[in-house]
Amino acid sequence: MTVKLPIYLDYQSTTPIDPRVIDRIIDVMKNDYGNPHSRSHSYGWKAEELVEIARRQVAKLINADEKEIFFTSGATESNNLAIKGVAKFYETVNKKHIITLTTEHKCVINSCRDLEQEGFKITFLPVQKNGLVDLNVLENAITNETSLVSIMAVNNEIGVIQPLAEIGALCRKKGVFFHTDCAQAFGKIPLDVDKMNIDLMSISGHKIYGPKGIGALYIRRKPRVRIKSIFSGGGQERGIRSGTAPTQLIVGLGLASEIAFNEMEQDYLHIKKLSKKFYDAVTALTHVYLNGDLEQRYLGNLNFSFAGIEGESMIMAIKDLAVSSGSACTSASLEPSYVLHALGVDDELAHTSIRFGFGRFTTEEEIDYAITLITKKVEKLRAMSPLWDMMQEGIDIKSINWKTH
Amino acid sequence: MAYSKELLEHYENPKNVGAFDKNEKGIGTGLVGAPACGDVMKLQIKVSDDGIITDAKFKTFGCGSAIASSSLATEWIKGMEIDKAQKITNKEIAEELSLPPVKIHCSVLAEEAIKAAIEDYKKNKENNYSEDDSEDDSEGDSEDDSEDDKNEDKMAVKKHKKN
Repeated sequence: MTVKLPIYLDYQSTTPIDPRVIDRIIDVMKNDYGNPHSRSHSYGWKAEELVEIARRQVAKLINADEKEIFFTSGATESNNLAIKGVAKFYETVNKKHIITLTTEHKCVINSCRDLEQEGFKITFLPVQKNGLVDLNVLENAITNETSLVSIMAVNNEIGVIQPLAEIGALCRKKGVFFHTDCAQAFGKIPLDVDKMNIDLMSISGHKIYGPKGIGALYIRRKPRVRIKSIFSGGGQERGIRSGTAPTQLIVGLGLASEIAFNEMEQDYLHIKKLSKKFYDAVTALTHVYLNGDLEQRYLGNLNFSFAGIEGESMIMAIKDLAVSSGSACTSASLEPSYVLHALGVDDELAHTSIRFGFGRFTTEEEIDYAITLITKKVEKLRAMSPLWDMMQEGIDIKSINWKTH
Repeated sequence: MAYSKELLEHYENPKNVGAFDKNEKGIGTGLVGAPACGDVMKLQIKVSDDGIITDAKFKTFGCGSAIASSSLATEWIKGMEIDKAQKITNKEIAEELSLPPVKIHCSVLAEEAIKAAIEDYKKNKENNYSEDDSEDDSEGDSEDDSEDDKNEDKMAVKKHKKN
């Protein structure tokens, strides 16, 4: 069987849309184009009904009530809404402190930074070497002024899963709200807002084989979490998020959620098999290090550092694979990844990191092709690497007095 | 990111990858950059008695532009007088490879590597004239480098066999 090149191994940035979802979306676009907020005719009623079905499908996947689901444009908006919304509502009762992690997604970090500019106190907690938060450190950071703890479920760069149930229990005990960015977790690992004491959850459509431009925010009703909305407008989504609900995208997210609910076990077993094969083959190349905890991890994300090989040259060498570099040479900035930095990964290793992402549509043939290609190119690039030579000779690269530029 | 044809050619088929024995006569070695910054370039020249660079080799840890810049640099300086090679600027390298602005530092590194190799060659030559006490002049990291070279020789041999 031949594989289609380049092979898509970047499932954390986005996923292909499930064909079942595409068909459904097209059908809605053709036939159910009414505005779900129109009250005066059947086009509106039908669209509204479709939106409410999708709301139930999303709620079911996290064991929430449908009234607790609010549609947004995606996880970035949901994170902004949750963090700024809670901060600004509870500011009035002297709760002006928010806790988050240094390894969060940029939209969480920058939402917090914006609040900091407005006078809020933000604590960016460090993580341990394995990428996980230390619960004692978290407990000690919570004060009487803390309104919200925002900690992601699955890290987008390195795939580690934070201990959500433990964090939730701690937050409940301390009387602070727990928000979790589940863009990379929703539909992939079991989530239960009650068992995990989650008060707010950000959800994305395009990470679970659904369309881009749609997401949701779960907001707990009992005990009630209040937020100040960001958008001014017609008061749709019960005043939480104004703007016409995009029926076809919502239906897409709903169906993608239902498929994920029904096929989570199957997806998991498929990804586990591919992930193990890939992990075993790549680590056999020696001096290849997995970033983040090996056990507490979503297996569809493997972020490796290839010692002696700069990340961007590796990406160029394996151009038959669509992957992403943790090392930021691919972006305008030349700084290595802040997430790896937070884990205490040395700069020289951070520059060598590459994220491989697998999913529902990745085949074993593709993984075999990837393994063969990576093995060949690692050998080639190491043969031209002065650092690799030094490492082979047992020279500690740190002992050399480099002139940093 | 769209790279030029010239850059891609030097990246895909880099010229002059390998190493010389650092202690051989007429060799100059330049090691520039830093692992923490994401690029390290090692460029070596072999110089004849009349000051002509007869051969050049490199090994680079770095992005595609860094590898291409070092490959191009070694190609250019082969057959050149050292005084002329000394005058190669990063601008010429960047232009030849059409480096994007964020990659200009790769060409700077290549220029520095040529200069460092020539400087090292000149230093070695002086040390040879000043008789046998030259070892006292060796720098702190020279031991590391010579170990390094033994290995590079192996790598170079391996490479030749493959070819």
